[in-house]
Amino acid sequence: MSPSRQARLSPRPSQAGFALSRRSMLKGMAGAGALATMPGIIAACGSDDDTAASGDFELGAGSGDLSIGSNYSNELPQQGLAAAVAAIPNGDINAMINEVDHNTFQENISTYLQNPDDVIPWFAGYRMQFFAEQGLLGDITDVWDAGLDGELSSGFKTASTGLDGNQYFVPWTYYAWGIYYRPSLWEENGWTPPTTVAELTDLAADMEGVGITPFAFANDGFWPAMGTFDQLNFRINGYQFHVDLMAGRESWTDDRVKEVFATWESLLPTHQSNPNGRTWEEAAAAVVNKEAAMMTIGTFIGSQFPEDEVEDLDFFPFPEINSEHGLSVVEAPIDGWMMAADPANGQAAKEMLYHFGTGVAQDAYLAEDPSVVAPSSSVNTSVWSDLQNKVFDTVQNAEFVTQFLDRDTSPEFASNVAGPRIADFLNDPSSIDSVLEDMQSQAEVLLGE
Amino acid sequence: MVAVPTALHVLLVWVPTLASIFFSVTDWNGIRFSDLSIVGLLNYEQIFTVFSRDFFQAVLNNLVLLIFLFTGPTLLGMFIAYQLDKDLSGTRIYQSIFYTPVVLSLAVVGFIWQSVIYSTENGLATELFGGSDPANPPNWLGNSDFLIAFSDNLGVSANFVAILIAIAWRHTGYIMVLYLAGLKSVDKSLKESASLDGAGEWQTFRLVVFPTLKPINVVVAVITVIEALRAFDIIFVLNTPRRTQVLSILTTNNLLGEGGGNVGRGSAYAVILFLLCFGFVIWYVTNHYRQEQDA
Amino acid sequence: MTAVAESSSEVAEKAVRRTSSRRRPLRPGRVALHAFLIVLAAIWLVPLVGAFYSSFRPFAETVADGYFSIPDTLTLDNYRNAWTQGEILQKYWNTLLILAPALILTLWFSSMVAFAASRYSWRFNIAFLVLFTAGNLLPQQIIIQPLFQMYNRVPLPDIMSNSGRLNGSVWGLILIHVAFQSGFCTFVLSNYMKLLPKELNEAAVVDGASVWTVYWRVIMPLTRPALAALATLQFTWIYNDFFWAVVLEQQGADRPITSSLANLGGEFFTDDNLIAAASVYVAIPTLVVYFALQRHFIAGLTMGSTKG
Repeated sequence: MSPSRQARLSPRPSQAGFALSRRSMLKGMAGAGALATMPGIIAACGSDDDTAASGDFELGAGSGDLSIGSNYSNELPQQGLAAAVAAIPNGDINAMINEVDHNTFQENISTYLQNPDDVIPWFAGYRMQFFAEQGLLGDITDVWDAGLDGELSSGFKTASTGLDGNQYFVPWTYYAWGIYYRPSLWEENGWTPPTTVAELTDLAADMEGVGITPFAFANDGFWPAMGTFDQLNFRINGYQFHVDLMAGRESWTDDRVKEVFATWESLLPTHQSNPNGRTWEEAAAAVVNKEAAMMTIGTFIGSQFPEDEVEDLDFFPFPEINSEHGLSVVEAPIDGWMMAADPANGQAAKEMLYHFGTGVAQDAYLAEDPSVVAPSSSVNTSVWSDLQNKVFDTVQNAEFVTQFLDRDTSPEFASNVAGPRIADFLNDPSSIDSVLEDMQSQAEVLLGE
Repeated sequence: MVAVPTALHVLLVWVPTLASIFFSVTDWNGIRFSDLSIVGLLNYEQIFTVFSRDFFQAVLNNLVLLIFLFTGPTLLGMFIAYQLDKDLSGTRIYQSIFYTPVVLSLAVVGFIWQSVIYSTENGLATELFGGSDPANPPNWLGNSDFLIAFSDNLGVSANFVAILIAIAWRHTGYIMVLYLAGLKSVDKSLKESASLDGAGEWQTFRLVVFPTLKPINVVVAVITVIEALRAFDIIFVLNTPRRTQVLSILTTNNLLGEGGGNVGRGSAYAVILFLLCFGFVIWYVTNHYRQEQDA
Repeated sequence: MTAVAESSSEVAEKAVRRTSSRRRPLRPGRVALHAFLIVLAAIWLVPLVGAFYSSFRPFAETVADGYFSIPDTLTLDNYRNAWTQGEILQKYWNTLLILAPALILTLWFSSMVAFAASRYSWRFNIAFLVLFTAGNLLPQQIIIQPLFQMYNRVPLPDIMSNSGRLNGSVWGLILIHVAFQSGFCTFVLSNYMKLLPKELNEAAVVDGASVWTVYWRVIMPLTRPALAALATLQFTWIYNDFFWAVVLEQQGADRPITSSLANLGGEFFTDDNLIAAASVYVAIPTLVVYFALQRHFIAGLTMGSTKG
């Protein structure tokens, strides 16, 4: 996904995207659909009984130089990755990390993948499947068969599986979108997390009464508001409609979409005004400074908190709007690793990928960068913060997991059409009909319908 | 003497350009040539129909930028250079101040305008002109309402004007440097004799200095046109707020990026941009070189 | 040869200017002009000062209080962290490897083309100027995708490139900078050279000088102010390039200094004050070059030396 503070350095990571043929789009969605149906993403941990090594992969056999691509350029993620790589049990592998910044890596992924490192950082699901289909990624089914199946649940396995049924990805970290707030402020005022949108509206009125803006809100770079759109859409219309809309199988001019925007418009007065000109960091600062009570955002909001106050951060799922769908969906983007199609040192690459899927590597990473949680079943959750554990539980208990608007549809549509049009709506909510018509006509071209 | 430079320029600049013209009639994601298919003018047709809203706004923004650069920062840069050329005390300090924005890398230019100046809550523009309503802070980069509207979806938006100011901040120093270099070639004695003849400052400039600077004026005019048509970086680094896009940004958004981008459509945007530039070149060549040839 | 003559004429001219400006009384026009320039310069400075100031402050503080607030803490931490995290020294070196050859070749190549096309009437000179002038107008975006494909298919010996290809090598970046920037430089220099009196060529040719001698000994010295101005601009552009570098160099460790700033930004969180501090490091070389070359395009010796 793209929540990076963008583009003053370079374009938004997913500013440009790929056009999928209709065929591959439908297939892609079939894959995402499969991810959906798993009951609880973690539920099926270790259910596979066959963990014997297969293919040419053998643990411990790797040696020699191995190049690992990294877009973990800023301080904590960089240290976390270095620690995780160093923790590999096999001392014969001499790993070299080729580090570039996150934005340009994502932006230039397609040229990068034509000259890649052996091990490559990327996103789960749809975004990985596209490159696997292009033949740019190496099949690592044997790595999964060699025992990752025991470390990672079937939900994560589905998210790591290409359209051809083989695995191309090892999940590494994830986080959750929701409504984040400072418990201390809420306790002071006697507020409790709302469970329905009606409660939310009442609570917001209370907050305004004491002079606190209910929602901090930003949309610079066009991705932050996508998060709110996703929440409203799957709370109102459910998971399947969301998936179908992203795939171009439902229309943006549908009344159900209009209802999403109508609900959003009714909630806008509880949000900071003029979001389009505000960066997410500025909005988060309003939460940190207790000028705003909450914000619909991802776990990474913690990075805006001073170190000694980061304990004073919690979240609750976006409240229920339509009882038919309840709180069945959670948005939890997964990051992880892939292998080049033609690696210079395939044996070592696979061994590193296997290592990355284990609790040892993920613990080492989280020790430096505790802003995310890790998927391995052997990860040591006892050292996690309450917030990390809550993210973990929320995702585990969700019926459906989405990635993010720009991870669940063609990134081209997400960044060139959906993002800008949602911004148009926020600038002038009354223009929604014309905005949606324009969106639909572009969706028909970009999503190949 | 000209063979090597020309070969290099042709090979690395013109050959890829021609290749992009070819790509503009294809459907291709930039990864495998075997996936490339020729679709004729489909990309162009879609740009003028399905994608027209953003496209026409981009063309308009390029034109507005062109007019603005000529009437604003170009003239200002020329004026500053002319004044600073007069052995003014502190001239180097002034020059350095106006030039510094030109040398700063984009990362910091983005930070300066997005956060230091135009931040909704903390920016200097907000502190100075923000009004008094904290519940409704100004929205410098986010307000895409039209100040001048040509239709519901075409006009000059408020945030584009905010960005024009940032562009002027950078462009002025650039023009100043070019003129400073050019002014050095103006014979001082010409100016002095003109002022001895009782010509005023403006007359001296208009009748003596400006005409002698003709080649530099041409350079500056061409540069200004290029900057206006090719404009990219400041807008991009500010995350291209709504209705501030220009053609080069549409090109980049479609051409580069994840998934190999959409090389076909991206190239079509690039070709349209190229044709605009090329139209200008033809005009320039027919007017400029022909005159010269005749002279 | 000309160096002595030039510097003496420079000195003479400076002396003349100094006396002439001393003689000039302070007119109201001058005062108004200074007032105007001071106000304008202040406007130009404010954004710079704002960024510079924030580079001395912890991020948490500017988040809480805003950029134009009284500081609680002033610290050099950002500068220390930016230096190590941005690997500034290594990146300066990477940039130098690309920049120095690219700059010299660009100016050399384009001055030759400009000289040939602007000083001699031969059949193709207009065609050449059109080629370069139009090339100068091309957007980088139209070039990049085919260029990448081309570079990716050109093999280089291992001693020239770690990747074994033009793509990912310093050579590839140098070549595209030279090819791309020579459009602009040729265009500017040819226009500038037209300012020089035609008789110069003729006189030199009558004296039996070869074309090369005319180029190197007569025209190039006179083009010095334009070359200095161009060198300043070109230095800045090539130095600040990130567009070519990102696509054509995949090894993070070999990327130029601009990548340091990018590397300090994260997936979600970016410490702007740290970036501001790093930007100061990044800006220093361009400012130094500007101050070093400023003297040359301020020196104004073109007409002076032709007259003298």
